[in-house]
Amino acid sequence: MTTKISFQGVGRTFPVRDGRERLTALASIDLDVADGELLTVVGPSGCGKSTLLDLLAGLLTPTSGRILLDGEEVTGPGSDRGVVFQQYALLPWRTAQGNVEFGLEATGVPRKERAELAREYLDLVGLAAFADRYPHELSGGMKQRVAIARSLAHDPEVLLMDEPFAALDAQTRESLQDELRRIWRRTGKTVVFITHGIDEAVYLGQRVAVLTSRPGRVKSVVDIDLDRESTGDVRSTPEFAHYRHKVWTLLHDEVVRARTFKEGSPA
Amino acid sequence: MSAPTVPEKKIEIGRRSPGSTGGVPARVSVARRVGWALSGVLVRSIAILVLLAGWEFAPAVGLVDSTFLPPFSEVVVELGELIGNGQLLQHVQASLTRSLSGFGIAVAIAVPLGIVIGWYKVISDVLTPLVQLFLNTAALALLPVFVLLLGIGETSKIAIVVYACTWPILLNTITAVRNVDPILLKLGRSLNLPPLTLFGKVVLPASIPTIFTGLRLAGAAAIVVVIAAEMVGAKAGLGFLINDAQYNFAVPSMYAGIVTIAVVGVGFNQLLVGVERRLTRWQ
Repeated sequence: MTTKISFQGVGRTFPVRDGRERLTALASIDLDVADGELLTVVGPSGCGKSTLLDLLAGLLTPTSGRILLDGEEVTGPGSDRGVVFQQYALLPWRTAQGNVEFGLEATGVPRKERAELAREYLDLVGLAAFADRYPHELSGGMKQRVAIARSLAHDPEVLLMDEPFAALDAQTRESLQDELRRIWRRTGKTVVFITHGIDEAVYLGQRVAVLTSRPGRVKSVVDIDLDRESTGDVRSTPEFAHYRHKVWTLLHDEVVRARTFKEGSPA
Repeated sequence: MSAPTVPEKKIEIGRRSPGSTGGVPARVSVARRVGWALSGVLVRSIAILVLLAGWEFAPAVGLVDSTFLPPFSEVVVELGELIGNGQLLQHVQASLTRSLSGFGIAVAIAVPLGIVIGWYKVISDVLTPLVQLFLNTAALALLPVFVLLLGIGETSKIAIVVYACTWPILLNTITAVRNVDPILLKLGRSLNLPPLTLFGKVVLPASIPTIFTGLRLAGAAAIVVVIAAEMVGAKAGLGFLINDAQYNFAVPSMYAGIVTIAVVGVGFNQLLVGVERRLTRWQ
Protein backbone atom coordinates (compact mmCIF):
# COMPACT_ATOMS: atom_id res chain seq x y z
CA MET A 1 0.00 0.00 0.00
CA THR A 2 1.17 3.48 -0.82
CA THR A 3 1.64 6.05 1.91
CA LYS A 4 -0.83 8.91 1.71
CA ILE A 5 0.08 10.94 4.77
CA SER A 6 3.39 10.94 6.55
CA PHE A 7 4.16 12.71 9.83
CA GLN A 8 7.91 13.05 10.17
CA GLY A 9 9.11 14.17 13.57
CA VAL A 10 6.23 16.64 13.83
CA GLY A 11 6.22 18.85 16.92
CA ARG A 12 4.24 21.91 17.87
CA THR A 13 4.65 24.31 20.74
CA PHE A 14 2.41 27.20 21.77
CA PRO A 15 3.35 30.38 23.59
CA VAL A 16 1.76 30.58 27.05
CA ARG A 17 1.81 33.14 29.85
CA ASP A 18 2.10 36.08 27.46
CA GLY A 19 4.80 34.38 25.45
CA ARG A 20 7.22 34.00 28.32
CA GLU A 21 7.00 30.21 28.14
CA ARG A 22 6.20 27.67 25.50
CA LEU A 23 3.90 24.72 25.95
CA THR A 24 4.78 21.63 23.98
CA ALA A 25 1.53 20.19 22.66
CA LEU A 26 3.04 17.64 20.32
CA ALA A 27 6.57 16.25 20.31
CA SER A 28 8.09 14.36 17.41
CA ILE A 29 5.10 12.57 15.95
CA ASP A 30 6.07 9.86 13.49
CA LEU A 31 3.13 8.25 11.78
CA ASP A 32 2.25 7.01 8.30
CA VAL A 33 -1.27 6.69 6.98
CA ALA A 34 -1.84 4.47 3.96
CA ASP A 35 -3.89 5.46 0.94
CA GLY A 36 -7.54 4.62 1.55
CA GLU A 37 -6.99 3.80 5.20
CA LEU A 38 -9.35 4.68 8.04
CA LEU A 39 -7.09 5.57 10.95
CA THR A 40 -8.43 6.58 14.32
CA VAL A 41 -6.39 8.54 16.84
CA VAL A 42 -7.10 8.33 20.58
CA GLY A 43 -5.35 10.01 23.45
CA PRO A 44 -5.97 11.38 26.93
CA SER A 45 -7.67 14.76 26.97
CA GLY A 46 -5.31 17.62 26.32
CA CYS A 47 -2.75 15.47 24.54
CA GLY A 48 -2.84 17.51 21.35
CA LYS A 49 -5.15 15.34 19.22
CA SER A 50 -6.88 18.36 17.75
CA THR A 51 -3.54 20.10 17.21
CA LEU A 52 -2.47 17.07 15.18
CA LEU A 53 -5.52 17.49 12.96
CA ASP A 54 -5.14 21.26 12.62
CA LEU A 55 -1.56 20.68 11.48
CA LEU A 56 -2.69 18.17 8.91
CA ALA A 57 -5.46 20.53 7.75
CA GLY A 58 -2.84 23.24 7.29
CA LEU A 59 -4.53 25.53 9.83
CA LEU A 60 -1.37 25.42 11.94
CA THR A 61 2.24 24.96 10.95
CA PRO A 62 4.50 22.57 12.84
CA THR A 63 7.32 24.06 14.88
CA SER A 64 9.47 21.07 14.05
CA GLY A 65 9.38 18.25 11.52
CA ARG A 66 7.08 18.12 8.50
CA ILE A 67 3.92 16.54 7.21
CA LEU A 68 3.83 15.02 3.75
CA LEU A 69 0.65 14.53 1.78
CA ASP A 70 1.27 12.44 -1.34
CA GLY A 71 4.96 13.11 -0.82
CA GLU A 72 4.52 16.89 -0.79
CA GLU A 73 4.90 19.01 2.29
CA VAL A 74 1.74 20.52 3.74
CA THR A 75 2.15 24.29 3.88
CA GLY A 76 -1.44 25.48 4.28
CA PRO A 77 -5.07 24.53 3.91
CA GLY A 78 -6.30 23.12 0.64
CA SER A 79 -9.29 21.52 -0.99
CA ASP A 80 -7.43 18.18 -1.16
CA ARG A 81 -8.44 17.82 2.49
CA GLY A 82 -11.96 18.02 3.89
CA VAL A 83 -12.42 18.82 7.56
CA VAL A 84 -15.35 17.85 9.77
CA PHE A 85 -15.53 19.69 13.09
CA GLN A 86 -17.16 18.60 16.34
CA GLN A 87 -19.32 21.74 16.40
CA TYR A 88 -20.69 21.06 12.87
CA ALA A 89 -19.68 24.55 11.67
CA LEU A 90 -22.78 24.96 9.52
CA LEU A 91 -23.67 28.42 8.25
CA PRO A 92 -26.99 29.09 10.02
CA TRP A 93 -28.25 31.36 7.20
CA ARG A 94 -27.90 28.66 4.57
CA THR A 95 -30.03 25.60 3.98
CA ALA A 96 -28.54 22.11 4.10
CA GLN A 97 -28.15 22.36 0.32
CA GLY A 98 -26.51 25.79 0.59
CA ASN A 99 -24.11 24.54 3.22
CA VAL A 100 -22.96 21.65 1.04
CA GLU A 101 -22.60 24.03 -1.91
CA PHE A 102 -20.45 26.32 0.25
CA GLY A 103 -17.60 23.84 0.12
CA LEU A 104 -17.84 23.77 -3.67
CA GLU A 105 -17.86 27.54 -4.11
CA ALA A 106 -14.34 27.66 -2.73
CA THR A 107 -13.06 25.36 -5.46
CA GLY A 108 -14.78 27.24 -8.27
CA VAL A 109 -17.26 24.61 -9.40
CA PRO A 110 -19.89 26.16 -11.75
CA ARG A 111 -23.22 26.98 -10.11
CA LYS A 112 -25.34 24.37 -11.85
CA GLU A 113 -22.84 21.64 -11.15
CA ARG A 114 -22.69 22.75 -7.51
CA ALA A 115 -26.40 22.24 -7.05
CA GLU A 116 -26.23 18.80 -8.62
CA LEU A 117 -23.21 17.71 -6.57
CA ALA A 118 -24.76 19.03 -3.36
CA ARG A 119 -27.92 17.02 -3.98
CA GLU A 120 -25.86 13.95 -4.75
CA TYR A 121 -23.89 14.18 -1.51
CA LEU A 122 -26.93 15.00 0.59
CA ASP A 123 -28.40 11.85 -0.86
CA LEU A 124 -25.24 9.94 0.11
CA VAL A 125 -25.72 10.91 3.76
CA GLY A 126 -29.46 10.18 3.54
CA LEU A 127 -30.66 13.78 3.75
CA ALA A 128 -32.00 14.35 0.23
CA ALA A 129 -35.43 15.13 1.69
CA PHE A 130 -34.00 17.82 3.98
CA ALA A 131 -32.12 19.85 1.38
CA ASP A 132 -34.10 23.04 1.98
CA ARG A 133 -34.03 22.92 5.78
CA TYR A 134 -32.01 25.40 7.79
CA PRO A 135 -29.54 24.09 10.41
CA HIS A 136 -31.78 25.10 13.33
CA GLU A 137 -34.46 22.83 11.88
CA LEU A 138 -32.13 19.80 11.93
CA SER A 139 -31.12 17.48 14.77
CA GLY A 140 -27.49 17.20 15.87
CA GLY A 141 -27.00 14.00 13.91
CA MET A 142 -28.49 15.54 10.77
CA LYS A 143 -26.30 18.62 11.13
CA GLN A 144 -23.21 16.45 11.27
CA ARG A 145 -24.41 14.53 8.21
CA VAL A 146 -24.69 17.82 6.35
CA ALA A 147 -21.17 18.71 7.48
CA ILE A 148 -19.89 15.34 6.25
CA ALA A 149 -21.65 15.84 2.91
CA ARG A 150 -20.06 19.29 2.63
CA SER A 151 -16.57 17.98 3.35
CA LEU A 152 -16.99 15.20 0.78
CA ALA A 153 -18.63 17.27 -1.95
CA HIS A 154 -15.47 18.96 -3.13
CA ASP A 155 -13.98 15.51 -3.49
CA PRO A 156 -10.98 15.75 -1.17
CA GLU A 157 -8.51 12.91 -1.06
CA VAL A 158 -8.36 12.94 2.70
CA LEU A 159 -11.15 13.38 5.21
CA LEU A 160 -10.10 14.83 8.56
CA MET A 161 -12.55 14.40 11.40
CA ASP A 162 -12.08 16.07 14.77
CA GLU A 163 -14.26 14.24 17.33
CA PRO A 164 -17.22 14.69 14.99
CA PHE A 165 -19.65 12.54 16.95
CA ALA A 166 -18.67 13.62 20.47
CA ALA A 167 -21.65 15.93 20.92
CA LEU A 168 -24.22 13.37 19.78
CA ASP A 169 -26.27 10.96 21.88
CA ALA A 170 -25.18 7.32 21.98
CA GLN A 171 -27.72 6.00 19.47
CA THR A 172 -27.16 8.72 16.91
CA ARG A 173 -23.42 8.27 17.35
CA GLU A 174 -23.61 4.55 16.58
CA SER A 175 -25.71 5.08 13.50
CA LEU A 176 -23.35 7.77 12.24
CA GLN A 177 -20.39 5.48 12.87
CA ASP A 178 -22.00 2.87 10.63
CA GLU A 179 -22.81 5.59 8.12
CA LEU A 180 -19.21 6.76 8.10
CA ARG A 181 -17.89 3.23 7.52
CA ARG A 182 -20.36 2.81 4.66
CA ILE A 183 -19.34 6.12 3.09
CA TRP A 184 -15.67 5.30 3.58
CA ARG A 185 -16.04 1.94 1.84
CA ARG A 186 -18.02 3.51 -0.96
CA THR A 187 -15.73 6.46 -1.62
CA GLY A 188 -12.37 4.89 -0.75
CA LYS A 189 -11.18 8.11 0.93
CA THR A 190 -8.32 8.19 3.39
CA VAL A 191 -9.84 9.12 6.74
CA VAL A 192 -8.09 10.38 9.87
CA PHE A 193 -10.57 10.33 12.73
CA ILE A 194 -9.77 11.90 16.09
CA THR A 195 -11.73 10.68 19.11
CA HIS A 196 -11.48 10.29 22.86
CA GLY A 197 -13.78 7.25 22.82
CA ILE A 198 -12.05 3.88 22.90
CA ASP A 199 -15.10 2.01 21.57
CA GLU A 200 -15.43 4.46 18.72
CA ALA A 201 -11.73 4.20 17.88
CA VAL A 202 -11.80 0.40 17.83
CA TYR A 203 -15.09 0.15 15.99
CA LEU A 204 -14.15 2.58 13.21
CA GLY A 205 -10.44 2.20 12.73
CA GLN A 206 -8.44 -0.23 10.67
CA ARG A 207 -5.68 0.94 12.93
CA VAL A 208 -5.82 2.87 16.19
CA ALA A 209 -3.01 5.27 17.01
CA VAL A 210 -2.72 5.82 20.76
CA LEU A 211 -1.12 9.11 21.80
CA THR A 212 0.72 9.74 25.07
CA SER A 213 -0.34 12.47 27.46
CA ARG A 214 1.21 15.89 26.93
CA PRO A 215 3.45 16.32 25.15
CA GLY A 216 1.68 14.06 22.66
CA ARG A 217 3.68 11.32 20.99
CA VAL A 218 2.55 8.19 19.24
CA LYS A 219 2.67 5.59 21.97
CA SER A 220 1.54 2.66 19.90
CA VAL A 221 -0.44 1.82 16.77
CA VAL A 222 -2.85 -1.09 17.17
CA ASP A 223 -4.01 -3.04 14.10
CA ILE A 224 -7.70 -3.84 14.35
CA ASP A 225 -8.80 -6.98 12.58
CA LEU A 226 -12.55 -7.24 13.02
CA ASP A 227 -15.17 -8.69 10.72
CA ARG A 228 -17.66 -5.86 11.06
CA GLU A 229 -19.73 -6.65 7.99
CA SER A 230 -20.91 -10.20 8.74
CA THR A 231 -21.22 -9.93 12.49
CA GLY A 232 -24.43 -8.31 13.66
CA ASP A 233 -23.30 -6.74 16.91
CA VAL A 234 -19.55 -6.62 16.57
CA ARG A 235 -19.20 -4.54 19.72
CA SER A 236 -20.18 -7.51 21.90
CA THR A 237 -17.77 -10.03 20.35
CA PRO A 238 -14.73 -11.27 22.31
CA GLU A 239 -12.47 -9.91 19.55
CA PHE A 240 -13.85 -6.44 20.00
CA ALA A 241 -13.42 -6.74 23.77
CA HIS A 242 -9.83 -7.85 23.24
CA TYR A 243 -8.95 -4.82 21.12
CA ARG A 244 -10.89 -2.53 23.38
CA HIS A 245 -8.97 -3.79 26.38
CA LYS A 246 -5.66 -3.46 24.57
CA VAL A 247 -6.31 0.18 23.68
CA TRP A 248 -7.77 0.83 27.13
CA THR A 249 -4.62 -0.49 28.82
CA LEU A 250 -2.38 1.66 26.62
CA LEU A 251 -4.52 4.71 27.29
CA HIS A 252 -5.03 4.02 30.98
CA ASP A 253 -1.31 4.20 31.72
CA GLU A 254 -1.28 7.59 30.05
CA VAL A 255 -4.27 8.89 31.96
CA VAL A 256 -2.63 7.80 35.23
CA ARG A 257 0.64 9.34 34.16
CA ALA A 258 -1.07 12.60 33.20
CA ARG A 259 -2.79 12.72 36.58
CA THR A 260 0.32 12.07 38.68
CA PHE A 261 2.17 14.52 36.49
CA LYS A 262 -0.43 17.18 37.16
CA GLU A 263 -0.61 16.51 40.90
CA GLY A 264 3.14 16.17 41.30
CA SER A 265 4.00 19.37 39.48
CA PRO A 266 4.00 22.60 41.49
CA ALA A 267 1.11 24.90 40.59
CA MET B 1 -87.58 1.07 33.02
CA SER B 2 -84.35 2.86 33.09
CA ALA B 3 -82.68 0.16 30.99
CA PRO B 4 -84.12 1.24 27.57
CA THR B 5 -83.28 4.88 28.13
CA VAL B 6 -79.62 4.22 28.60
CA PRO B 7 -79.07 2.70 25.12
CA GLU B 8 -81.18 5.45 23.61
CA LYS B 9 -78.93 8.02 25.14
CA LYS B 10 -75.91 6.12 23.88
CA ILE B 11 -77.32 6.10 20.37
CA GLU B 12 -78.06 9.77 20.57
CA ILE B 13 -74.53 10.47 21.63
CA GLY B 14 -73.25 8.15 18.96
CA ARG B 15 -75.27 9.89 16.29
CA ARG B 16 -74.45 13.35 17.34
CA SER B 17 -70.72 12.96 17.71
CA PRO B 18 -69.81 12.19 14.06
CA GLY B 19 -71.72 15.29 12.97
CA SER B 20 -70.13 17.40 15.63
CA THR B 21 -66.58 16.30 14.90
CA GLY B 22 -67.21 17.17 11.26
CA GLY B 23 -68.72 20.60 11.73
CA VAL B 24 -68.66 22.16 15.15
CA PRO B 25 -64.94 21.89 15.98
CA ALA B 26 -64.01 23.34 12.59
CA ARG B 27 -66.39 26.25 13.15
CA VAL B 28 -65.02 26.63 16.66
CA SER B 29 -61.44 26.65 15.44
CA VAL B 30 -62.15 29.33 12.83
CA ALA B 31 -63.97 31.38 15.43
CA ARG B 32 -61.16 30.80 17.85
CA ARG B 33 -58.54 31.77 15.35
CA VAL B 34 -60.38 35.00 14.57
CA GLY B 35 -60.77 35.50 18.31
CA TRP B 36 -57.07 34.95 18.91
CA ALA B 37 -56.13 37.34 16.15
CA LEU B 38 -58.51 39.95 17.54
CA SER B 39 -57.32 39.44 21.08
CA GLY B 40 -53.72 39.71 19.83
CA VAL B 41 -54.49 43.06 18.22
CA LEU B 42 -56.40 44.11 21.34
CA VAL B 43 -53.53 43.15 23.67
CA ARG B 44 -51.06 45.10 21.58
CA SER B 45 -53.23 48.20 21.23
CA ILE B 46 -54.99 48.35 24.58
CA ALA B 47 -52.41 50.53 26.32
CA ILE B 48 -52.38 53.00 23.43
CA LEU B 49 -56.20 53.09 23.36
CA VAL B 50 -56.27 53.79 27.11
CA LEU B 51 -53.76 56.60 26.62
CA LEU B 52 -55.82 58.17 23.82
CA ALA B 53 -59.02 57.79 25.86
CA GLY B 54 -57.31 59.52 28.78
CA TRP B 55 -56.14 62.25 26.46
CA GLU B 56 -59.68 62.68 25.11
CA PHE B 57 -61.47 62.79 28.45
CA ALA B 58 -58.96 64.45 30.78
CA PRO B 59 -59.57 67.93 29.28
CA ALA B 60 -63.31 67.27 28.94
CA VAL B 61 -63.78 66.54 32.65
CA GLY B 62 -61.51 69.40 33.63
CA LEU B 63 -58.51 67.37 34.84
CA VAL B 64 -56.25 69.51 32.66
CA ASP B 65 -56.73 72.88 31.00
CA SER B 66 -57.99 72.21 27.48
CA THR B 67 -56.14 75.31 26.30
CA PHE B 68 -52.84 73.53 26.89
CA LEU B 69 -53.99 69.98 26.22
CA PRO B 70 -56.92 69.97 23.80
CA PRO B 71 -58.85 66.68 23.50
CA PHE B 72 -57.40 64.15 21.10
CA SER B 73 -60.35 64.55 18.73
CA GLU B 74 -59.51 68.23 18.27
CA VAL B 75 -55.92 67.29 17.43
CA VAL B 76 -57.24 64.78 14.88
CA VAL B 77 -59.35 67.50 13.25
CA GLU B 78 -56.32 69.79 13.10
CA LEU B 79 -54.25 66.94 11.70
CA GLY B 80 -56.86 66.50 8.98
CA GLU B 81 -56.65 70.19 8.13
CA LEU B 82 -52.84 70.11 7.97
CA ILE B 83 -53.01 67.11 5.69
CA GLY B 84 -55.68 68.77 3.58
CA ASN B 85 -53.78 72.00 2.94
CA GLY B 86 -50.58 70.09 2.18
CA GLN B 87 -48.60 71.65 5.02
CA LEU B 88 -48.06 68.43 6.91
CA LEU B 89 -46.68 66.64 3.87
CA GLN B 90 -44.25 69.48 3.31
CA HIS B 91 -42.97 69.31 6.90
CA VAL B 92 -42.78 65.53 6.94
CA GLN B 93 -40.89 65.62 3.66
CA ALA B 94 -38.40 68.16 5.00
CA SER B 95 -37.74 66.17 8.17
CA LEU B 96 -37.56 62.80 6.44
CA THR B 97 -35.20 64.08 3.76
CA ARG B 98 -32.81 65.31 6.44
CA SER B 99 -32.99 62.29 8.70
CA LEU B 100 -32.94 59.71 5.90
CA SER B 101 -30.01 61.28 4.08
CA GLY B 102 -28.12 61.59 7.37
CA PHE B 103 -28.99 58.00 8.25
CA GLY B 104 -27.99 56.80 4.79
CA ILE B 105 -24.64 58.58 4.89
CA ALA B 106 -23.97 57.17 8.37
CA VAL B 107 -24.77 53.62 7.19
CA ALA B 108 -22.49 54.04 4.18
CA ILE B 109 -19.64 55.22 6.42
CA ALA B 110 -20.08 53.24 9.62
CA VAL B 111 -20.85 49.74 8.30
CA PRO B 112 -17.73 49.35 6.11
CA LEU B 113 -15.60 51.16 8.68
CA GLY B 114 -16.94 48.96 11.49
CA ILE B 115 -16.20 45.83 9.50
CA VAL B 116 -12.60 46.90 8.91
CA ILE B 117 -12.10 47.97 12.54
CA GLY B 118 -13.74 44.80 13.85
CA TRP B 119 -11.58 42.60 11.65
CA TYR B 120 -8.34 43.81 13.20
CA LYS B 121 -8.29 43.06 16.89
CA VAL B 122 -5.64 45.65 17.71
CA ILE B 123 -7.46 48.46 15.89
CA SER B 124 -10.78 47.61 17.53
CA ASP B 125 -9.15 47.39 20.97
CA VAL B 126 -7.71 50.86 20.43
CA LEU B 127 -10.77 52.50 18.88
CA THR B 128 -13.69 50.93 20.77
CA PRO B 129 -13.27 53.15 23.88
CA LEU B 130 -13.32 56.21 21.61
CA VAL B 131 -16.48 55.03 19.88
CA GLN B 132 -18.04 54.39 23.31
CA LEU B 133 -17.15 57.94 24.34
CA PHE B 134 -18.77 59.47 21.25
CA LEU B 135 -21.78 57.20 21.56
CA ASN B 136 -22.38 58.34 25.11
CA THR B 137 -21.83 62.03 24.39
CA ALA B 138 -25.34 63.30 23.62
CA ALA B 139 -25.27 64.39 19.98
CA LEU B 140 -27.50 67.36 20.82
CA ALA B 141 -24.83 68.72 23.12
CA LEU B 142 -22.78 69.18 19.97
CA LEU B 143 -25.54 70.95 18.05
CA PRO B 144 -24.09 74.43 18.82
CA VAL B 145 -20.73 73.25 17.55
CA PHE B 146 -22.26 72.07 14.28
CA VAL B 147 -24.19 75.33 13.89
CA LEU B 148 -21.01 77.26 14.61
CA LEU B 149 -19.00 75.33 12.04
CA LEU B 150 -21.60 74.69 9.34
CA GLY B 151 -24.25 77.38 9.87
CA ILE B 152 -27.96 76.77 10.29
CA GLY B 153 -28.63 75.42 6.80
CA GLU B 154 -29.26 71.88 5.62
CA THR B 155 -25.59 70.90 5.94
CA SER B 156 -25.41 71.26 9.70
CA LYS B 157 -28.73 69.45 10.18
CA ILE B 158 -27.74 66.49 8.04
CA ALA B 159 -24.27 66.50 9.56
CA ILE B 160 -25.56 66.16 13.10
CA VAL B 161 -27.86 63.32 12.04
CA VAL B 162 -24.84 61.61 10.46
CA TYR B 163 -22.93 62.13 13.69
CA ALA B 164 -25.70 60.77 15.91
CA CYS B 165 -26.29 57.72 13.67
CA THR B 166 -22.65 56.82 13.13
CA TRP B 167 -21.72 55.71 16.64
CA PRO B 168 -24.42 53.14 17.37
CA ILE B 169 -23.95 51.62 13.90
CA LEU B 170 -20.18 51.63 14.21
CA LEU B 171 -20.10 50.09 17.66
CA ASN B 172 -22.60 47.36 16.78
CA THR B 173 -20.82 46.54 13.53
CA ILE B 174 -17.48 46.22 15.33
CA THR B 175 -19.10 43.98 17.95
CA ALA B 176 -20.80 41.91 15.27
CA VAL B 177 -17.59 41.24 13.37
CA ARG B 178 -15.65 40.52 16.55
CA ASN B 179 -18.25 37.97 17.62
CA VAL B 180 -18.52 35.89 14.45
CA ASP B 181 -18.46 32.24 15.52
CA PRO B 182 -14.74 31.26 15.41
CA ILE B 183 -15.62 27.78 14.13
CA LEU B 184 -17.11 29.35 10.98
CA LEU B 185 -13.90 31.29 10.42
CA LYS B 186 -11.96 28.08 10.94
CA LEU B 187 -14.18 26.38 8.38
CA GLY B 188 -13.53 29.19 5.92
CA ARG B 189 -9.79 28.92 6.44
CA SER B 190 -9.85 25.14 6.11
CA LEU B 191 -11.52 25.62 2.70
CA ASN B 192 -8.76 28.07 1.79
CA LEU B 193 -11.25 30.86 1.05
CA PRO B 194 -9.66 34.11 -0.11
CA PRO B 195 -10.13 36.93 2.45
CA LEU B 196 -12.75 38.82 0.42
CA THR B 197 -14.84 35.69 -0.10
CA LEU B 198 -14.58 34.88 3.60
CA PHE B 199 -15.85 38.38 4.27
CA GLY B 200 -18.74 38.25 1.86
CA LYS B 201 -19.87 34.72 2.57
CA VAL B 202 -19.15 34.29 6.27
CA VAL B 203 -18.36 37.47 8.21
CA LEU B 204 -21.01 39.74 6.71
CA PRO B 205 -24.01 37.38 6.86
CA ALA B 206 -23.05 36.35 10.40
CA SER B 207 -22.90 40.01 11.44
CA ILE B 208 -26.24 41.15 10.03
CA PRO B 209 -28.42 40.59 13.13
CA THR B 210 -26.11 42.63 15.38
CA ILE B 211 -25.60 45.32 12.73
CA PHE B 212 -29.38 45.74 12.60
CA THR B 213 -29.50 46.39 16.32
CA GLY B 214 -27.25 49.36 15.59
CA LEU B 215 -29.37 50.45 12.63
CA ARG B 216 -32.53 50.52 14.74
CA LEU B 217 -30.83 52.58 17.45
CA ALA B 218 -29.53 54.92 14.77
CA GLY B 219 -32.98 55.16 13.18
CA ALA B 220 -34.48 56.37 16.46
CA ALA B 221 -31.59 58.81 16.94
CA ALA B 222 -32.01 60.19 13.42
CA ILE B 223 -35.59 61.27 14.17
CA VAL B 224 -34.82 62.73 17.61
CA VAL B 225 -31.84 64.72 16.42
CA VAL B 226 -33.46 66.13 13.30
CA ILE B 227 -36.48 67.39 15.29
CA ALA B 228 -34.20 69.14 17.78
CA ALA B 229 -32.09 70.66 15.01
CA GLU B 230 -35.23 71.95 13.30
CA MET B 231 -36.39 73.51 16.55
CA VAL B 232 -33.18 75.50 16.77
CA GLY B 233 -33.37 76.95 13.31
CA ALA B 234 -35.33 75.93 10.23
CA LYS B 235 -38.08 77.10 7.87
CA ALA B 236 -39.71 73.70 7.47
CA GLY B 237 -39.82 70.31 9.14
CA LEU B 238 -41.79 68.76 11.98
CA GLY B 239 -39.51 70.31 14.61
CA PHE B 240 -40.13 73.71 13.08
CA LEU B 241 -43.89 73.01 12.93
CA ILE B 242 -44.05 72.20 16.64
CA ASN B 243 -41.90 75.12 17.71
CA ASP B 244 -43.65 77.56 15.40
CA ALA B 245 -47.08 76.39 16.56
CA GLN B 246 -46.07 76.87 20.15
CA TYR B 247 -44.85 80.44 19.53
CA ASN B 248 -48.11 81.29 17.76
CA PHE B 249 -50.16 79.53 20.39
CA ALA B 250 -51.61 77.14 17.79
CA VAL B 251 -51.78 74.40 20.40
CA PRO B 252 -53.72 71.76 18.38
CA SER B 253 -51.21 72.23 15.54
CA MET B 254 -48.36 71.59 17.98
CA TYR B 255 -49.92 68.32 19.13
CA ALA B 256 -50.64 67.35 15.53
CA GLY B 257 -46.89 67.70 14.89
CA ILE B 258 -46.03 65.62 17.95
CA VAL B 259 -48.42 62.83 16.92
CA THR B 260 -46.95 62.86 13.42
CA ILE B 261 -43.43 62.47 14.81
CA ALA B 262 -44.55 59.48 16.85
CA VAL B 263 -46.11 57.88 13.75
CA VAL B 264 -43.06 58.59 11.59
CA GLY B 265 -40.71 57.18 14.28
CA VAL B 266 -42.71 53.99 14.70
CA GLY B 267 -43.03 53.64 10.92
CA PHE B 268 -39.29 53.96 10.36
CA ASN B 269 -38.55 51.41 13.06
CA GLN B 270 -41.10 48.98 11.59
CA LEU B 271 -39.52 49.42 8.18
CA LEU B 272 -36.10 48.47 9.59
CA VAL B 273 -37.60 45.51 11.45
CA GLY B 274 -39.19 44.39 8.19
CA VAL B 275 -35.92 44.61 6.25
CA GLU B 276 -34.14 42.75 9.06
CA ARG B 277 -36.75 39.97 8.99
CA ARG B 278 -36.27 39.58 5.26
CA LEU B 279 -32.50 39.36 5.61
CA THR B 280 -32.54 37.00 8.58
CA ARG B 281 -35.39 34.73 7.61
CA TRP B 282 -33.19 31.75 8.52
CA GLN B 283 -33.37 32.51 12.24
